[in-house]
Amino acid sequence: MILERRRKKSAKMSRRNRVQLHTWLARHLQVALSSLGRYVRAPLSSLMTTAVIGIAIALPTGLHLLLENIQELGGSWDGTATISLFLHQEASHEAAAGLARQLNLKPGITHVSLIDKNQALQEFQRLSGFADALEALGENPLPEVIVVEPASDRNTPEAARTLLTELQNMPLVALAQLDLQWVQRFHAITDIARRTVAVLASLLSLAVLLIVVNTIRLEIQNRHSEIEIIKLIGGTNAFIRRPFLYAGIWYGLFGGVLAWVLVTLAIGLLDSPVDKLAGLYNSAFVLSGPDFHTVVALIGGSTLLGLAGSWVAVGRHLHEIEPQ
Amino acid sequence: MISFDNVSKSYPGGHKGLSNVSFHIEPGEMVFLTGHSGAGKSTLLKLIGLLERSSRGQVRVGGRNLTRLKKREIPYHRREVGMIFQDHRLLHDRTVFDNVAMPMIVAGLGHAETSRRVRAALDKVGLLRKEKAYPVTLSGGEQQRVGIARAVVSKPPVVLADEPTGNLDPELSREIIDLFGQFNQVGVTLLIATHDLELISRLNKRTLVLDQAQLSQDRPATS
Ligand SMILES: Nc1ncnc2c1ncn2[C@@H]1O[C@H](COP(=O)(O)OP(=O)(O)O)[C@@H](O)[C@H]1O
Ligand SMILES: [Mg+2]
Repeated sequence: MILERRRKKSAKMSRRNRVQLHTWLARHLQVALSSLGRYVRAPLSSLMTTAVIGIAIALPTGLHLLLENIQELGGSWDGTATISLFLHQEASHEAAAGLARQLNLKPGITHVSLIDKNQALQEFQRLSGFADALEALGENPLPEVIVVEPASDRNTPEAARTLLTELQNMPLVALAQLDLQWVQRFHAITDIARRTVAVLASLLSLAVLLIVVNTIRLEIQNRHSEIEIIKLIGGTNAFIRRPFLYAGIWYGLFGGVLAWVLVTLAIGLLDSPVDKLAGLYNSAFVLSGPDFHTVVALIGGSTLLGLAGSWVAVGRHLHEIEPQ
Repeated sequence: MISFDNVSKSYPGGHKGLSNVSFHIEPGEMVFLTGHSGAGKSTLLKLIGLLERSSRGQVRVGGRNLTRLKKREIPYHRREVGMIFQDHRLLHDRTVFDNVAMPMIVAGLGHAETSRRVRAALDKVGLLRKEKAYPVTLSGGEQQRVGIARAVVSKPPVVLADEPTGNLDPELSREIIDLFGQFNQVGVTLLIATHDLELISRLNKRTLVLDQAQLSQDRPATS
């Protein structure tokens, strides 16, 4: 009997909770929509704020993408970190070919090519104009050369150096040479660029935050008497805060979407000239736009910035308004 | 329902708003508050609605000691005190219906309940036809009635009015006062500040008289 009653009671309770959740959700939805309505009703000022946010976020995003593309280009560039193995003069072509096959099987190496010394000599004679002088030497002075391309995951200066030492110590190898400086410079430059983008992104995020704080502050000022009246009739701070927080969310969200659109447009504009350039270099490189994760991070981050900005503004200015 | 116990209020700069005021109002009473301009009528009402805090003494409303009330509890206190102002304090970008619905929305009441009560309140003040109008399109008397509907829509036990007829002609003023009389008949405790003596004489009710921040008279209704 008691149990029965308790069960009934708890059923009633959960029904009530469900109803409360329902009204709670409905209320939030309503506030979100009404602050969206406010946004739409003042299109000029809303769009200005959104545009500033969008541009401020598009800038570091665009640079980040550019950097990623450059890094990819660096990684896929033939000869980025190739190692040239100059074999001993007395090494035969067959021995060289054997070594090349052996190296091809080594992990950490993607590509091996053998430059036949006779072929190289002919080419040199043809291109250099020293044909007669070389003729006079009688014997081919060029060594067999093997060009080794490390796998891209070993494409750091340290890994390349380790591989170089290993190759240098092989008996057939007279000299192993790596254009390490180039690799190092490339890494140093991309590292600086990456840090610059990070600093820029932080500064511009701060700018976005301040823009939202200021926009919401102005909105609070404009709605001063409304806030006063709502406080008079018993509106809690949470109730008064809500529409401003949603306004911040909308600014951030639309700003983020705008940034995405701007970045995509910029990449679209760069696409055909980059294709042409890549064509000139016989490269299959294509400019890639933001991937799904980047887009989510971009829009999510910007929405969070909007929320944070409005939170700051509301925290600082709402309690200053008390009904008289 | 409302009791003041040696309440004083001084404003920054030493201005005396109220000085040592004590009185008690029973549930369901209707009381006028009068006195010259600057006597402290508004101050007294503000202390009840917690728009100001007393400097000394205790204010109690419905068993609640306002002196000890925390800041975050103020909104819940205000939901039980309907306030009516001389300048109406309506939201001009919202319709009459939305204005009157505000206290219900603020308290988180459901849509159906809100609609029903708002219509009932508007009907009571005779403005049901104007529910979709905006306040600026209404006359002063109509705006004041919207303010009254908003103050009573959530059925608060206490209703305060500060010079509710201040800007109205005598006939409209009488209508408004009669409306208050009707609310009082259904058990609402009313405290109405006014310096319109003709109105006070229209309804035979208890009257508190303030003079230079002090309670100078407490005249009961003559029977
Ligand atoms: N916010 C305030 N700051 C300083 N003095 C005030 C303030 N509000 C009211 N007063 C002073 O308190 C006294 C009572 O004012 P008030 O309560 O408004 O009187 P009433 O409503 O009877 O005209 C007056 O002397 C007035 O100048
Ligand atoms: Mg006054």
